[in-house]
Amino acid sequence: MKQVFKRPASLKDVPFHFCAGCHHGTIHRLVAEAIDSFNLRERTIGVAGVGCSVFIYDYFDIDALEAPHGRAPAVATGLKRALRDRIIFTYQGDGDLASIGMSEIVHTANRGENITVIFVNNTVYGMTGGQMAPTTLLGQQTTTSPYGRDFVQDGYPIRMAEMLATLEGTSFSARVAVNTSANLVKAKKAVRKAFEMQMNDLGFSFVELLSSCPTNWGLNSLKANERVEKELIPYFPLGIFKERKGTDFS
Amino acid sequence: MEKRLFLKGNEALAAGAIKAGCRFYFAYPITPQNEIPEYLSKHMAKVEGCFIQAESEVASINMILGASAAGARAMTSSASPGISLMQEGISYLAGNELPAVIVNVNRSGPGLGGISASQGDYFQATRGGGHGDYRTLVLAPHSVQEMHDLTLLAFDLADKYRNPVVILADAVLGQMQETMVDRPYHPMELPPKDWILTGAQGRNPRLIKSLYLKEGEMERHNWKLFEKYQRMKEEVRYEVVQQEDAQLVVVAFGTTARVSKTALRLARQAGLKVGLLRPITLFPFPAQALLDLSQRVKRFLAIEMNTGQMVEDVRLSVARDAEVHFYGHPPGSPPFPEELVEAIKKVY
Repeated sequence: MKQVFKRPASLKDVPFHFCAGCHHGTIHRLVAEAIDSFNLRERTIGVAGVGCSVFIYDYFDIDALEAPHGRAPAVATGLKRALRDRIIFTYQGDGDLASIGMSEIVHTANRGENITVIFVNNTVYGMTGGQMAPTTLLGQQTTTSPYGRDFVQDGYPIRMAEMLATLEGTSFSARVAVNTSANLVKAKKAVRKAFEMQMNDLGFSFVELLSSCPTNWGLNSLKANERVEKELIPYFPLGIFKERKGTDFS
Repeated sequence: MEKRLFLKGNEALAAGAIKAGCRFYFAYPITPQNEIPEYLSKHMAKVEGCFIQAESEVASINMILGASAAGARAMTSSASPGISLMQEGISYLAGNELPAVIVNVNRSGPGLGGISASQGDYFQATRGGGHGDYRTLVLAPHSVQEMHDLTLLAFDLADKYRNPVVILADAVLGQMQETMVDRPYHPMELPPKDWILTGAQGRNPRLIKSLYLKEGEMERHNWKLFEKYQRMKEEVRYEVVQQEDAQLVVVAFGTTARVSKTALRLARQAGLKVGLLRPITLFPFPAQALLDLSQRVKRFLAIEMNTGQMVEDVRLSVARDAEVHFYGHPPGSPPFPEELVEAIKKVY
């Protein structure tokens, strides 16, 4: 009998611990599938951010390193400079990447560091209990924005994929979602593309994945998926904001 | 082959890093250590090494962390305010058990302070500096020669113990120019780096982390680190000058020790029997040497370019019936020898 679906080799044979309906497990799978598709498992090193992202090393069957909160792009820079023929990716949440790590992500992208960044945007600090993130939507209630995010008090949600696309060093910047089958197919392609960019030495590649956080949103899994569609995607539009061709370099 | 070179302390240190096989140096500019990134931006390229001018000290220490995890010899340098910014990363290096060399060309503080020499970062360097229960090895050069030689040692010790090593210099040592002898480097015999991340090719995946959530894991990790810090005690290094007949022993490190050597000569000319104990490792501190010395000498004078930090370690080290005095010269300018002779006379 022909096997048509199986666990990617880059994932360990262990159950995910993530909350019901959380998209981290799905995103882990997409990243693992991309690594497998290029046969990179034995050449890849993952750098874990802080938050729910930190546990990538419990699930990925690859070498991994833990970075301080927000510093994963700097850590990945040091790794990649020392191991230029290896594939290095960071896996970071929105608090990690877009708040405390804003400086590191911007400068790493600007240097055109040849790494891949997987950015999981679920509009809250998940692990710490659902506090307001830089990507929390206006009006969204969190444990630290109990009256809803107010732009006078808290500023506006940040669109990272668009911002990083403006930098010369960025080769690839896209935003995808995994809330529907159709979106999942596009997300898979984008993640694959990002790794392909790195394999071809084209420089910094970035994929923002909109993710649900049913627990901290106070929604069940299906309602959380609906929220991604109705509230997140209108503010965080899906698409590829930058894609450098190999011939762009003279 | 030995060569004589006439260099600034910062340059001697940078040349030492290259000689020690450091090929990854990441840093952010700050006075009074800019000769280090300037020298290495030029010379790393010649040895196919890598220099990045990082966007901040926070980034540079984390780049070091990444390169070190890959098994490379990696270094960063800065001065006091920049070293404060690195403390998070140094704590992670210690928790992850990653070797690295961190150079602090101590300038004055607190706050923005000034660019003059200071020893105000003694506590920060010797007590870990960042969060958590950890220590770094701390080396304190007092000449251009030692800026060079202790850098070679720092890389060996970092690899030997899988631990960050801090070189605590100061603005005078970084900026002054003197002759040094350029000798060949013979590294220590070091354990194989069988823990580095290279991609899990033909082996099980490796993980470098400092997060321990399972029952008992964190406690075990802390005890393991503690045992390593105990083992580091065998690395203690110090210099003793004219202690044989001394009635009083000055304890000083770095630039202060250098000035104290002149003060000692002047004091001896004036008939005062004064000796010097100069810690070269600040962690481990030469506690046993001080205890042994204090069986005979009952008067000590700690001299520092701060208002009293290392003196606490001197008090913790000596016999209970020994007197420990302190003379502080807070930063702004280094002390003159005559000033130190007066301080010696007061407590002699």
